[in-house]
Amino acid sequence: MKIQETSPRLDEHLKVPAMFGSGRGRVVTILLMALLLILPLIAWYAGNKFYLDFSTRIVCLAIAAVSLNLILGFGGMVSFGHAAFVGIGAYAVGIPAYHGYESAWLHFPLAIGSASLFALFTGAISLRTKGVYFIMITMAFAQMAFYFFLSLEEYGGDDGMTLWSRSDFGIINISDGLTFFLLCYGVLALCVYLVFRIVHSRFGMVLRGCNSNEARMKALGYNTYAYRLTAYVISGAMCGLAGALIANLQDYITADTMTWTRSGELMFMVILGGAGSLFGPVFGAGAFLLIEEILSAYTIYWALPFGILLILSVLFVKGGVNGLIQRGWRR
Amino acid sequence: MKKQLIIGAIASALLSTTAFAENLKVGFITTLTTPAAVIGNDQKNAVDLAMEHLGGKLGGKPAEIVFEDDGFKPEIGKQKTDKLVQDDDISIIAGYIWSNVLMASAKPIFDANKIMISANAGPSVIAGKRCNANFFSTSWQNDQTPMAMGEYLNQNGVKSIYVMAPNYAAGKDMAAGVARTFKGEIKGQDLTTWPGQLDFSAELAKAKASGAEAIFVFYPGKAGGAFIKQYQQAGLKGTMDLYTVFSVDGISLPKMQAGNLDGVLGSRLTQQWDPTLDNEANKKFVADFKAKHGTYPSFYAAQAYDSIKLIDSAVAAVDGDMKNIDGLKAALKAADFDSVRGNFKFGNNNMPVQNFYLREVVEDADGKWATKVVSTVYTDHVDPHAADCKL
Amino acid sequence: MSTLFLIQLLNGLQLGVLLFLLAAGLTLVFGIMDFVNLAHGSLYMLGAFVCASLTFLTGSFVWGVLLAIPIIAVIGYFFEVLIVRHLYESNHLDHVLATFGIILIADTLVQLSWGPEGIAIPLPGYLSGQVEIFPSIIFPTFRLVIISSGLLIAAGLYWLITYTRLGMLIRAGASNRTMVSALGVDISTLFAGVFALGAVLAGVAGMLIASITEATIGMGNDIIITAFVVIIVGGIGSMKGAFIAAILIGIIDTLGRSFLKDILELFIASGSAETAGPALSSMLIYIIMAVVLAVRPQGLFPPKVR
Repeated sequence: MKIQETSPRLDEHLKVPAMFGSGRGRVVTILLMALLLILPLIAWYAGNKFYLDFSTRIVCLAIAAVSLNLILGFGGMVSFGHAAFVGIGAYAVGIPAYHGYESAWLHFPLAIGSASLFALFTGAISLRTKGVYFIMITMAFAQMAFYFFLSLEEYGGDDGMTLWSRSDFGIINISDGLTFFLLCYGVLALCVYLVFRIVHSRFGMVLRGCNSNEARMKALGYNTYAYRLTAYVISGAMCGLAGALIANLQDYITADTMTWTRSGELMFMVILGGAGSLFGPVFGAGAFLLIEEILSAYTIYWALPFGILLILSVLFVKGGVNGLIQRGWRR
Repeated sequence: MKKQLIIGAIASALLSTTAFAENLKVGFITTLTTPAAVIGNDQKNAVDLAMEHLGGKLGGKPAEIVFEDDGFKPEIGKQKTDKLVQDDDISIIAGYIWSNVLMASAKPIFDANKIMISANAGPSVIAGKRCNANFFSTSWQNDQTPMAMGEYLNQNGVKSIYVMAPNYAAGKDMAAGVARTFKGEIKGQDLTTWPGQLDFSAELAKAKASGAEAIFVFYPGKAGGAFIKQYQQAGLKGTMDLYTVFSVDGISLPKMQAGNLDGVLGSRLTQQWDPTLDNEANKKFVADFKAKHGTYPSFYAAQAYDSIKLIDSAVAAVDGDMKNIDGLKAALKAADFDSVRGNFKFGNNNMPVQNFYLREVVEDADGKWATKVVSTVYTDHVDPHAADCKL
Repeated sequence: MSTLFLIQLLNGLQLGVLLFLLAAGLTLVFGIMDFVNLAHGSLYMLGAFVCASLTFLTGSFVWGVLLAIPIIAVIGYFFEVLIVRHLYESNHLDHVLATFGIILIADTLVQLSWGPEGIAIPLPGYLSGQVEIFPSIIFPTFRLVIISSGLLIAAGLYWLITYTRLGMLIRAGASNRTMVSALGVDISTLFAGVFALGAVLAGVAGMLIASITEATIGMGNDIIITAFVVIIVGGIGSMKGAFIAAILIGIIDTLGRSFLKDILELFIASGSAETAGPALSSMLIYIIMAVVLAVRPQGLFPPKVR
């Protein structure tokens, strides 16, 4: 499977497509996004907080998946360490809260800022490598972050830390499940839109160009390293934001969030949904969590059918959920 | 799948509003997958046995235990707790082997004014600064067991020890706990990577070189067996006496016997319970557990068994009205049940105030490896964090 | 101190040898088939469990190992034919995901067939004692067995790759796959054979380590990442690189675990060293990998041009 379908014709690149796609795919995409908004509201109305929180979890992980997709799907940079950014974002909420600073206006900028810094530093080194070396070095940095936070005894270490009260926005109260869901959904919408704008900007075109033929972009005089690094930092920042939201959702922060299996899960969400498509990661996150939830309700050995699904989807589903939506079942 | 979600949401909404005459439910969160599932299965067996002894009823009402698997991960444990609290509207949730799962799950339970009963984990926060009237424990606070060990080492005239534990919160608590009471010299201490590291060659070589008289370790679950094996292979038996906490139990001993790891025989450990404790409830529990599963129950099982018996007494006190949270709390606090450890009472922080015994690994009458009580180290011991609790 | 240092060096060598057994299979499969196999650790785990069962069945550890080896080879062969073969055309990302799925399946199947508790493999008496290698340097016998059998296998692999026809094909395949198949070599059999060889090496590593620790579910997931670090540091596809990097990482990791805390105490407060020491020694191998890649983006011994 090619991560990114590239068209040889220049005019297709220059044309900015409609955000939701076209034709059948457009209808289904809008419908699914609307369902993701409406169903949790129904659950809330029916007094079931569990499904509201469950949907919030989908939305939060979707933001992380969208951020990974920016570099993996569009930029061809397979990061196996994105869970580190989620963790950094989460600790950016937890650590100030532990010291009594509960303002969201501190937490969120801190989450975005520290995740960007980590991305800048690790990206600057990682992007010197290619292919599998890149996959593994990003994983190495994530493992370092994992062990670092694990050793912070003051902040719970392996026990993690409970967030006894959520980030304080002043104007809205996110301890209320519904308000928090709407906030997360808004952030997700914003992130998807941001990715849409980035991908179709001149910057995004260079980024996609680097993915399909880096030598040509270099020959054209672009500093491809700088473009890739910028994209990596944007992606890290967005993922840090997702981490800050996830910390508030779980009311709990643990270094466990940063282990390599978590990075693998994020990757799987992107691929399952359709790498290099705008809404794919959102569908991927939704499908991933739904499958996990449904299977684990039936058996504690849910990892078995889940693993089989994973292999089948890699072998047979090209372009992920989004591919199915755009093309229908026809191959 | 979206459809299923709608149906699920609507169906559960209907279920929660319509009064069905269904069983009274209690949640039990433990670990049923990953290698740590040995502990979870032991607890589940004990819970099932307790329900059998109670005739499938709690407080005289037909009841059902809803088991959930935390997958050895705090977030999963928290999500399962959320499900039990919010979706199934269950009032009492018990279990929790791991401190991190317990800490992740505490807030949603307290926020919803439900009740949490730990059948194992006892981190210091929940015993002290963050103690809560909706929390009860049928186990112990982390510091107590190693403190008892330190105390015993003093009594036994041990002059120096080497300390080994995994590098996570409970491991550090154990190392700190023994240091709190031990008056001799701690020649060295190693905190090893958890849960990945099972090869302790480097640390054992250091321990041997340190010249300490004895070695104190805390390695729960699979690490315990691995440690004993290497302790034996390194030829330390006879030169450095082995003292453990939470590393040798009814689960690991049969496995060690099958692997012929006789290095463990004669080693000593401290605990609040032992299969040989002389009281009616314990005799019945141990005999029936052995008859059913062929092995001695572990302390995890004993605590899980106690948690169900405790819940039974509370449900009886409120006559099955699970919405009467205050009534349940008062009845739980009274702890009016026959515990397998004899008398059972709670301290101000809802941690048990209890005895700690010195146990030794021996071969029992049938040739099975087991433990027996040697002496009582502490009587009615109160954990050191109780003073920080404002309850 | 110097006695301790020597013992730790031996311990490090033993870890390095085990890592090499795992990394050899990984780097072979990677170098020749260009396939990223996260599930290599599952073969390591299967090796341990199969050997444990056979040891109890036959009552002898040696028979357990000898009988387990062909079984693991067959498992490896079918693994290649049924799943891996269909993924050669896909990209690395798909490999990572599909083999991640295999890990989930293998872990669950092992729990279903052997139960969640691990199995301790009993060693015969003559292997479970200690020997005095030099005066006052006493070392567990079985760890010496691991070191020597690992080094023997490494030598065997060297001979296989350098002097046999199979080795020639493997080398040729690693540098130019298309050319080898153009020369009329049955590529699919070669690939399946190489995969089975890698599986056996991983399985043997599992059998050896399970006799020190025990066979447990997910035992491969922790070490597979370290094995990847080894082949990345060594340079993917390079057997020499894998060997040197494995020994290097084994020794550095072991020495780090035993001396880092003491070294840190020379510079910072003892309390902080107590915390930073274990954390830093866990991170050590990743730091090495990042540094190596930052300086040499293709690893220490990048294979010749493809």
